[in-house]
Amino acid sequence: MTTYIIRRFLQSIVVLILVTMIVFFSMRLLPGDPILMLITVDDLANTSEAEIEALRKEYGLDKPMALQYLDWLMGVVQGDFGRSIVNGGPVINDIVDRLPITLYLGILAFAISIIVGIPLGIISAVRRGKWVDTWVTVMANLGITVPQFWLGVLLIYLFALYLGLLPVQGYTSPFDNFWLSFRKILMPVFCLSIFPIASSARQTRSSMLEVMGQDYIRTAWSKGLRERMVIFRHALKNALIPVVTLKGMMLRNIFGGSVLIETVFNIPGMGRLAVDAVLAQDYAIVQGVTLLIVIVVLFANLLVDLSYGWLDPRIRYG
Amino acid sequence: MVGWIREFGMDERKNMTEENRSPAEDIQIPPRKSEWRRFSKVFFSRGVVIFGMVVIAIVIFAAVFAPWVAPYNPYQPDLNSVLQQPSRAHLLGTDALGRDTFSRIIYGTRTSLMIGLVAVGIAAFIGMTMGLIAGYFGGWIYAVIMRFIDAMMSFPLILLALIIAAMLGGGLRNIMIALGIGLIPAYARLMCGQVLSVKENDYVLAGRAMGSGNMRIMFRHVVPNCFPPLIVLITMMMGLTILAEAGLSFLGIGIEPPGAAWGAMVNDGYQYLLTHPILSFAPGLAIMLVVFSFNMVGDGLRDALDPRLRGVL
Repeated sequence: MTTYIIRRFLQSIVVLILVTMIVFFSMRLLPGDPILMLITVDDLANTSEAEIEALRKEYGLDKPMALQYLDWLMGVVQGDFGRSIVNGGPVINDIVDRLPITLYLGILAFAISIIVGIPLGIISAVRRGKWVDTWVTVMANLGITVPQFWLGVLLIYLFALYLGLLPVQGYTSPFDNFWLSFRKILMPVFCLSIFPIASSARQTRSSMLEVMGQDYIRTAWSKGLRERMVIFRHALKNALIPVVTLKGMMLRNIFGGSVLIETVFNIPGMGRLAVDAVLAQDYAIVQGVTLLIVIVVLFANLLVDLSYGWLDPRIRYG
Repeated sequence: MVGWIREFGMDERKNMTEENRSPAEDIQIPPRKSEWRRFSKVFFSRGVVIFGMVVIAIVIFAAVFAPWVAPYNPYQPDLNSVLQQPSRAHLLGTDALGRDTFSRIIYGTRTSLMIGLVAVGIAAFIGMTMGLIAGYFGGWIYAVIMRFIDAMMSFPLILLALIIAAMLGGGLRNIMIALGIGLIPAYARLMCGQVLSVKENDYVLAGRAMGSGNMRIMFRHVVPNCFPPLIVLITMMMGLTILAEAGLSFLGIGIEPPGAAWGAMVNDGYQYLLTHPILSFAPGLAIMLVVFSFNMVGDGLRDALDPRLRGVL
């Protein structure tokens, strides 16, 4: 097990380094001078050639690319993501305010997708061909199809504008006003979780059906075990393995969705920040946001993979 | 003996005489026709798959013949008919510039299909090449390519496409490239897995024993046998790509006005949600219908081509 953990850990570090390279060099490949990432357009007009050269030296932009990358990496490790050209402040300030919001909604959606999606898949597989199965299958197929942002718009129309039950948009911290916060996040979290719920239900269903056809399940039945025992002890444990693998990628999809959902519901999170920064061409922010989201995803994947090795002993020695 | 090894590479059966016919020849090889019959029997057995095929056919028709199908010019503002409710003249009403929503949805099929096709094409080509090289050669080449793919996979698709679009600038062409790059990992992974299992087959060994080079083995023996799951993936990816493109255009990245893209139309209508909900509802429904159809056809293809893929794809 220790070897497995170490190997998996080292692998994550390699991937993490590759990710930082992708983020850094993709921003450097941008058309235009990276010095423009440091000074605002207004300042640029009143800055002389010599001053720009001085700035270039000060920020180390005259060094070779590889050294620049290392400098940047050292900065990032110390929490220095550069400065925003829009508001002039350090990027880290914007991020620190917004990361918790995205994480809060994302992890909530993630948890809901497990709590709701997997049981739906199990019921559907166990009652194969019955009306429950038909409904779950239809809903799951619709769930992986519906554009999340459009679903958000629909919900806003129905629940906020037409029925007037929920606030239209915005975000309130649960620490400030729990009830209002709860009412505000209801729709966004639903939109974020619909795809993961649907895909885990689908995955669990097909995985369960596959396992239920195995010889050892027949053996379990013929031993006279009760249904609950066969399904939960024998079938589910094996059926969950592919589902857990899928779950690793799910957090990534949820963060992807939060880019859209935070825009629809006007939530000041990381996704919204990324969109605004891209539209304003504020690349330091784009860089910082992307890097942090990917780090969270990588970390979640690592945890999932470790739990996977723990769930399925075959993996550890593989 | 040599004869039947050759048979995997080229078709020499026609020239064979009765004497050197090997035992393998006596095994009844089912004719192609029944292969197709078996495929179509499974493929067309489900109503939703047929429904999906019909919707896709209609969408392709609408995209190709948009100027003849659409009742109005989708780009021409008409200030005399701004924000009209659905009526017989305008089936789905008009937007804030007086443009007919129905016509814009019809023209939107062009955007969605074109971006879907090109992005999936780019992703499939690059991803499959990477997966083929990684899986075939193994060793450090495998490690390097697959770690890179892992790194790409940890970016949310929308975010990756957003960054690439920011790098390249907006516009239809750049969105295709952005989504194309973003979708590479899925193909690379699947292809790599396929190649790893296919290359263990005896016919690959036989090809090598015959003195075939890497290129020949790769393209004659390995690639054709990797195809069924990739066809399924390509179909399903069409849906995902159209969905992602809609998301990007909803965010205002991609198509420039006055072009018609469904995601952008949802966003345009969002401002008039209270009074004219149809402006947002209709294009979203179109997205959903098309994505649903591609997913269902993908499901159908999977069941018909290789049911073992259930759960993988």
